[in-house]
Amino acid sequence: MFDSLSSRLTKTFTGLRSRGRINPVDIEETCEEIRIALLEADVADSVVTLLVEKVRTRSLEQISLDKKGINPGQQIISIVHEELVAILGGSARRLRFAKTAPTVIMLAGLQGSGKTTLAGKLAAYLKSEGNTPLLVACDLQRPNAVDQLQVVGSSVGVPIFAPEPGNGVGDPVKVAKAGIEFAKQKVHNFVIVDTAGRLGVDKELMEQAKNIRDAISPNEVLFVVDAMIGQDAVNTAQAFLDGVGFDGIVLTKMDGDARGGAALSIASVTNRPVMFLSTGEKSNEFEPFHPDRMANRILGMGDVATLAEQAKKALDGDSAQKLEEKFISGEKFTFDDFLEQLQAMKKMGSMSKILGMLPGAQSAAMKKQIAAIDENELIRAEAIIHSMTPNERQEPKIINGSRRARIARGSGTEVFHVNNVLDRFSAAQKAMKQMRNQPGLGGAANLPGMPPVSGISGMPAAKVAPPPKRSKSGNPAKRALEGR
Amino acid sequence: MALFSFSGITSLISKLRREPEANANVDWNEIEQQLINSDLGPKLSVELVELLKKNSNASLEESLLELLGKDRDRDLVKNQNPNPNVILIVGVNGVGKTTTVGKLAHYLVAAGNKVVIGAADTFRAAATGQVSTWAINAGATLVSGKDGADPAAIAFDAVAKGFEIGADFVLIDTAGRLHTKAGLMDELSKIRRVIEKRTSVGEVLLVIDGTTGQNGLAQAQIFAQTVGVTGVVVTKLDGSAKGGIAFAIERDFGAPIKFVGTGEAISDLAPFEAAAFVAALISS
Ligand SMILES: Nc1nc2c(ncn2[C@@H]2O[C@H](COP(=O)(O)OP(=O)(O)OP(=O)(O)O)[C@@H](O)[C@H]2O)c(=O)[nH]1
Ligand SMILES: [Mg+2]
Repeated sequence: MFDSLSSRLTKTFTGLRSRGRINPVDIEETCEEIRIALLEADVADSVVTLLVEKVRTRSLEQISLDKKGINPGQQIISIVHEELVAILGGSARRLRFAKTAPTVIMLAGLQGSGKTTLAGKLAAYLKSEGNTPLLVACDLQRPNAVDQLQVVGSSVGVPIFAPEPGNGVGDPVKVAKAGIEFAKQKVHNFVIVDTAGRLGVDKELMEQAKNIRDAISPNEVLFVVDAMIGQDAVNTAQAFLDGVGFDGIVLTKMDGDARGGAALSIASVTNRPVMFLSTGEKSNEFEPFHPDRMANRILGMGDVATLAEQAKKALDGDSAQKLEEKFISGEKFTFDDFLEQLQAMKKMGSMSKILGMLPGAQSAAMKKQIAAIDENELIRAEAIIHSMTPNERQEPKIINGSRRARIARGSGTEVFHVNNVLDRFSAAQKAMKQMRNQPGLGGAANLPGMPPVSGISGMPAAKVAPPPKRSKSGNPAKRALEGR
Repeated sequence: MALFSFSGITSLISKLRREPEANANVDWNEIEQQLINSDLGPKLSVELVELLKKNSNASLEESLLELLGKDRDRDLVKNQNPNPNVILIVGVNGVGKTTTVGKLAHYLVAAGNKVVIGAADTFRAAATGQVSTWAINAGATLVSGKDGADPAAIAFDAVAKGFEIGADFVLIDTAGRLHTKAGLMDELSKIRRVIEKRTSVGEVLLVIDGTTGQNGLAQAQIFAQTVGVTGVVVTKLDGSAKGGIAFAIERDFGAPIKFVGTGEAISDLAPFEAAAFVAALISS
């Protein structure tokens, strides 16, 4: 939809290179481009003004035209990037735990920002770490919000404390207080308090949120905010900071294509760290926050590092290692391996989500390609491979016409679907061979056999990915808490 | 610094009228900022300021109204035939679709219509319960299925129910989905196709959260591409956000804003009024 900053600046600077010198007028023009790009990414106007001012000063001091190979545009982009990271990177930290259990986490935010879904994700994560969380239903306002939390809680196997039916009935302050008592009695070591969505300008409801906070003295109040929010982010964040106060920020719906400039606005205005990202509707779709990646995203520079990490996460322990060994030993790549990868990719989430993180994904042409991807393709390919005999999976060469027809029947597909999968498989095989001859490019980021990638024209190879840092923990949510 | 305080651009404009020479002293930057702050987007804001500079006879308010098309037809599409009018409610997660369905049902019932609601969000936890609460409060007939059921089938059944009881309107609540998820967008066009086996879909209302920033344009574009959008509902205008993105959407994609949501109560929905919206947009 919008040009990325780099493509904007490339345009600005093509004229410049021929002139060979940079002057304040050029910088001025560039600063205007930066301003527009940040505004299009929904960074608050006031924050943009401050940022651009800094960039202007630094550019005049630091831009050198003598640096061979680095054009002034690139130098300015890296200055902008550094400034964004400086704001975003402030003081990220882990969740604070209470000295004496339970640790109490309170969620607050606007209506529809994703609090209840996040409550489920936090509960699932804490439980997976061996804790005994309790969910407390304090949204007694929105129709059937209590039911929603019940369903979310039971789907992740975490009990919920919901003494009031909601739909306007019950006092959330009392429920919150009773929830803490209940947790103490039943020795839950974490309590997650879901509250009703409220507007910053709603004095009465802000007062209520404050009363909930005062009643339970949470160890963390998390401000949950939709990544798609626009200029109002600063007003709302300030209102919540003044009204209830909060300790950390969670950005939700990050699986969309919003640039998420609000992260910058809110972090800058409230001086609170962004702690997590919520990236989907499933209970495991939540992630640590990385300032550098967020800066890239705001500038429309894609996010190869996250892509690589997700790929690695999806190819879980064993199968990733097996594949790596196979890969190194030069062993034959079979349909069984292919199947494993397909399953891993399904785990990674939708193809469009993955591709959306690549550089250039914001361009109109790329978006069209992404939108055209048939998510059912993965499911179909899986069914097709399941209909093959073990022999066929090991020796795909033997799959002749009549076998193809049988496989199509068995998997409820058409022969051309089977042909398609066979084609992709041999392309993947070929890719494996090629990669083996390019040392240093291994690792999950390359995802050999990632079928639709080869079918997309103009797709940049995922080579740019730096090797993902080894995390201390295999659990994604735990890594989230390890911060950076 | 500002020459005048922003108690309202109208005062500036009347000042300009009185002293045309003041034009030279106008802080256009501040006007531009004001427009950007209401989520109109930098491009449109700059464009508007240029327009104003050229024609200082027109007030900003008038210019904005002009751009919105103040006399546009913003009524709900109505059939000529006796078939129920089918309205599909779509949008990204959490924008206020279900609430809008409830309020709209109430609005239509109050005007003497018979309304059926189809609970076609079978995905989100407790979504059916939520919409059924609204249906009861609005006095509409609910058609629902089990969690995880095929939403297109429920939509079809709701329409069938509409025919059966001679309803005037059938409102279909759909699950929130990000426009970037191709699979889910396909599901939406399937819902539409399946309904069309029985009757036409007169209206597809895209619900836009009033706090939404520039991503609203991408939402509008993709939803319009996949299901066709005939109108926009802007919600949560009772907050501090101005909803300028809806203006940009109407401008770029042509789908008129038809309703605004101004609260969580059943009566907090009103037909869109361009003049009031524009006045709020430029007040600080
Ligand atoms: N203040 C205010 N809140 C609103 C308005 N419209 C909806 N809400 C609230 O926004 C939240 C989300 O509303 P829903 O109607 O559940 O949104 P939805 O789009 O159906 O959500 P999903 O189905 O989960 O995607 C609820 O807390 C509503 O009460 C409005 O006009 N003003
Ligand atoms: Mg809903």
